[in-house]
Amino acid sequence: MRDTITRAAPSRVRQKPSRPQLTRAAIITVLLLFTLFALPQILSLYYVDTMTQVAVYSMVTLALGVLVGRVGLVSLGQVAVLAIGAWVAARLLFATTQPYPLILLEAGLITMAAGVLIGLPALRLRGLYLALITLMFAGAITVVLATVNFPNGGHGFTGYNGSLVHIPPIRRPAAAGTDPAYFRYSVIVAILMFLLVFAHIKTRPGRAWAAIRQSEPAALAAGINTWFYKLWAFALASFITGVAGGVLAGAVHYLYSIDFPTQDSITLLAVTLMGGVYSMWGAVVAAFLYQFLPALLNNWGVSADWLIILFGLGVLQVLTTAPAGLVDQVPKDLARLGRLLRRPRKTK
Amino acid sequence: MIDVQGLTVRYGGVTSLDDMSLTFQEGTCGLIGPNGAGKTTFFNVLSGFVRPVAGTVSAFGVDLLSMAHFRRARWGVRRTFQTEQAIEELSVFDNVAMVHEHSKLGAATRRRDVLAAIEFTGLAAQLETPDARVGTLTAGQRRLVEVARAVVGKPRLVLLDEPAAGLPDEETSHLADVIRGIPEHTGALTILVDHDMSLVSACCATTAVLDFGKLIASGPTAAVLRNDDVIRAYLGVA
Repeated sequence: MRDTITRAAPSRVRQKPSRPQLTRAAIITVLLLFTLFALPQILSLYYVDTMTQVAVYSMVTLALGVLVGRVGLVSLGQVAVLAIGAWVAARLLFATTQPYPLILLEAGLITMAAGVLIGLPALRLRGLYLALITLMFAGAITVVLATVNFPNGGHGFTGYNGSLVHIPPIRRPAAAGTDPAYFRYSVIVAILMFLLVFAHIKTRPGRAWAAIRQSEPAALAAGINTWFYKLWAFALASFITGVAGGVLAGAVHYLYSIDFPTQDSITLLAVTLMGGVYSMWGAVVAAFLYQFLPALLNNWGVSADWLIILFGLGVLQVLTTAPAGLVDQVPKDLARLGRLLRRPRKTK
Repeated sequence: MIDVQGLTVRYGGVTSLDDMSLTFQEGTCGLIGPNGAGKTTFFNVLSGFVRPVAGTVSAFGVDLLSMAHFRRARWGVRRTFQTEQAIEELSVFDNVAMVHEHSKLGAATRRRDVLAAIEFTGLAAQLETPDARVGTLTAGQRRLVEVARAVVGKPRLVLLDEPAAGLPDEETSHLADVIRGIPEHTGALTILVDHDMSLVSACCATTAVLDFGKLIASGPTAAVLRNDDVIRAYLGVA
């Protein structure tokens, strides 16, 4: 008996990282260094701005991936949550001189509180009904924003003044005033959000979410307070999306309610599913699909509206053949192709 | 000891448990009956998934029905499911540990308990590592993961809902050994629901029989299995 327990002992004990883990860490480090230092030098300003949007939306798709992929909660209100984060950040940026990181934290926390308030009644629902409620919420926020407008330097609670002629831009951090510097800033914030999710997935909440997603009765029978952990997921997703909204506010300088249409929440879910909801890399792929691909097509003079058709087909393909998304399917397909090419040809 | 008095569960117009009163004392007890007799409903009441319309359940002097479902598991009501519910994407260790994570014990003690539970079910001898993903295990091994999850730490009540369903004879025999060992390993009262009478006979000193939500017999297993009402309602004549 002692033998088997000793053999079984490695679990959850800190071990030396394996060779593949070290290789993976090295690749990620090189990739990040390239993104932070080389990419802004290589790309034109148009694509630097696009990549900033990719960084912002990778946080949004990451948060949506937590809800859909980790817990199994389908939310169609993420664009509205992003709008709340952007609104709060813009209001605070105009009204105070607080440092930017503090503004982002506050935007995240206030959005989190809003997300929890919405999540409380919504958590009684699942599947289609939860999706429907969150979509209605997104619609409601769009209507409210169209009336209240985004802050533009005015006074009062809304911070909006319709008679302003010279609208001041939303400020950026002093150290990241230029587009390349702000791109780096956005990437660093995104990295922090990815680390936050990683820390969740690898610890108790991640295990609880996995149990809830597979079987709620099994989770309850394991002593997991499913209501609490689902709310936690909502809170985390709202916090990250709120922070993303804050970064977006600085990226675009001017915010308008038409930039947050309700239907974008559906497109966001589509690209998140296409990228892959079970992997954090899937969030990055989804953000590229959502922001980089349209920018590329626009640059080539092709209407980005065609992408809706592509995303529709992509979701169909993912749901039928690759539930783990492109991030899982593409490496497998490439490996299969490699094996096919290496296979010796039969000679007669 | 579990004392059930006047337990009644209705789903709409269907009465699943009808004024059921019985007591489970200690060791491993069987609960048998035809499909739809109310066995799983009874487990669901004990686990907190189903709220009865009437009746009381006292477990070791505690009013079980007043406790939230997830708190019952933390308090010591553990169960397996008719359809196996081990979490595929987690490791064997994490599957078992998730029940024990809520205890106030230190990390080292919890880890030791988890490994002991895996060892107890015989999984440790079958697997290279407890970090093996449950998705890669056989059906029998996954059943054992569920059992390990039910016995880790200090459970008070272990509910096994058809744990041998679909298992080959060899694995059922191993499972029988494991089930027989639960009271000694954990000190918990174990209730076994199964249609395999040889498994019930091998594991349970006493057995209760349900039919249409009513208790029709209870007592020593051998006597219950010879009871005319039980033969008529469930076992049939060979």
